[in-house]
Amino acid sequence: MRDIDLEALLPKLGEALLQTLQMITLSFVIAGVVGVLLGILLYATRPGNLLENRLVFGALNALINVIRPIPFIIIIIALIPVTRALLGTSIGTTAAVPALALVASVAIARIAESNLVAVDPGTVEAGAAMGASPARVLFTIVIPESLGPLTLGLTYIFVALVDATAVAGLVGAGGLGSLALTYGYQRFDWFVMIAVIVTLIVLVQLAQVAGNRVARAVQHQR
Amino acid sequence: MTTAITIEHVSKSFTAGGQRVTALDDVSLSIDRGEIFGIVGYSGAGKSTLLRTINALERPTAGRVVVDGVEVSALGGRALHRQRQRIGMIFQRFNLLQSRTVFQNVAYPLRVAGASKDEIVDRVDELLRFVGLSERALEHPSRLSGGQQQRVGIARALANRPDVLLSDEATSALDPQTTSEVLELLRRVNREYGVTIALVTHEMEVVRELADRVAVMQQGTVVEHGAVYDVFSRPSHPTTRRFVSSVLHHLPDAEALDRIRRVHRGRIVQIHVENRESNDPFLSRIARQHDVDYNVVYGGVSELQSRLFGTLTVELLGNDLDVDRAIAGIATSAAIIELPPSAEQATSAAEELIHA
Ligand SMILES: Nc1ncnc2c1ncn2[C@@H]1O[C@H](COP(=O)(O)OP(=O)(O)OP(=O)(O)O)[C@@H](O)[C@H]1O
Ligand SMILES: [Mg+2]
Repeated sequence: MRDIDLEALLPKLGEALLQTLQMITLSFVIAGVVGVLLGILLYATRPGNLLENRLVFGALNALINVIRPIPFIIIIIALIPVTRALLGTSIGTTAAVPALALVASVAIARIAESNLVAVDPGTVEAGAAMGASPARVLFTIVIPESLGPLTLGLTYIFVALVDATAVAGLVGAGGLGSLALTYGYQRFDWFVMIAVIVTLIVLVQLAQVAGNRVARAVQHQR
Repeated sequence: MTTAITIEHVSKSFTAGGQRVTALDDVSLSIDRGEIFGIVGYSGAGKSTLLRTINALERPTAGRVVVDGVEVSALGGRALHRQRQRIGMIFQRFNLLQSRTVFQNVAYPLRVAGASKDEIVDRVDELLRFVGLSERALEHPSRLSGGQQQRVGIARALANRPDVLLSDEATSALDPQTTSEVLELLRRVNREYGVTIALVTHEMEVVRELADRVAVMQQGTVVEHGAVYDVFSRPSHPTTRRFVSSVLHHLPDAEALDRIRRVHRGRIVQIHVENRESNDPFLSRIARQHDVDYNVVYGGVSELQSRLFGTLTVELLGNDLDVDRAIAGIATSAAIIELPPSAEQATSAAEELIHA
């Protein structure tokens, strides 16, 4: 076993962590906005709902069903031309963002939709009985009532993104994944491998604890 | 007395999974201003569907519903939303917004109606005081007991000072103690604010405690309706009788009668007493007069809307001729019928008695 070189490792680890956080944050914010909006659109265009529209609902539904089963690694590769057109490059940290954001948007859309559908129909009925318009019921009852479970769903996606960024390391995106790959796998440096794993575990734990807190706060339950 | 709600020849059918279900079949009713009107029936009778036509949560397939002179069944859009603001509704499972505080829940309908901030604060304070929950204003509904949540539901339903309150099984999820507290609160809503209440329930006890009039529903139709006293003291439809006997135990059933007969071998009569104003002790007077002894073997007398009614099952002992005379004598003071020796004949005779 070689000597453990902390002084050399720490800056590398720090840089990789920063790259990972950058990728996750950017794609999470984009996917959060796009995914939640898509989820609301899916919910609203459902048969019997406010903007009932079979065409829009059917098309969105099909699109999501097509994208979701494609493995992430294939999406990254398939998106290379799009990414190049969009960002002028297809490698580097930001280059992974379009693929990450796409996958996360689709997943969040489904999660948001199912949380909206799961809102107690009794509260919707109460809103209607109080004379609120369907749009008002959607924005002041259905969406607020779904926020608790939605936060947990978003946390789940955040953690899944940590996973996905490791794969993104394959296309030269940097981050913790590629650090583990180049040092741990290709150079058999197990210490780096373990350091990366511990960092990832801490990151995921922090995200989960934060997510649970926020969910509890918006749900107002103890 | 003016009419608050008129339901005219209302029918409603649903198509569910290719099957056509008739939930309401040509129902007509009118509910007076300021009264508490009960609607009872077994599960699936169409009670909720009927109630929900009053605020147009359900659209009749045929017929019309008029509330305060407005044909709600014909309204749509804004006009309907405004009309609904004047009809409060409470629910079996309360249907409060979990993401909002008690205060915000009660404020919600006021916001919908476009009240100003000051108005909202004043009105919510007043309502929470009325239902006794001022201290809990800033808590979330999940922290409250079922009875407290229903009180928030009632405050919310009253926010826009409605003329009509609809209640769908509002006490069915509560224990008996909490149920009577909520019923008492509904009585105050009716008395203090003059709100007309239409309440759906499957519990005859709720009707007995609260309602002025009652309609009994079965398979989408109203099989009997009238003042609570009349329906309870002289139920005519078999379903009504079953509902009444669930809370009043004035008449022995066949088994009880069998047990009675094993001990009491004399002639057995049933006497229907109703709201007697005279203090004539007719039973003992007539028995003494004809040299007949009597045994009260079963019976019950209840008070409803401060009027008494009930049925006594009595064994008469003496020689046949004297007993015949005693029965004829009692008949001049109260409805009386002699039970034939077999149990089955006896139950049908008892029903006849009530309708005599
Ligand atoms: N939205 C609906 N779609 C299809 N069928 C319905 C719908 N609403 C009610 N029904 C049917 O109409 C009938 C009457 O239902 P309703 O809910 O009015 O009964 P209820 O007397 O309130 O019963 P419960 O005591 O169980 O609440 C039932 O057969 C029910 O299945
Ligand atoms: Mg019902």
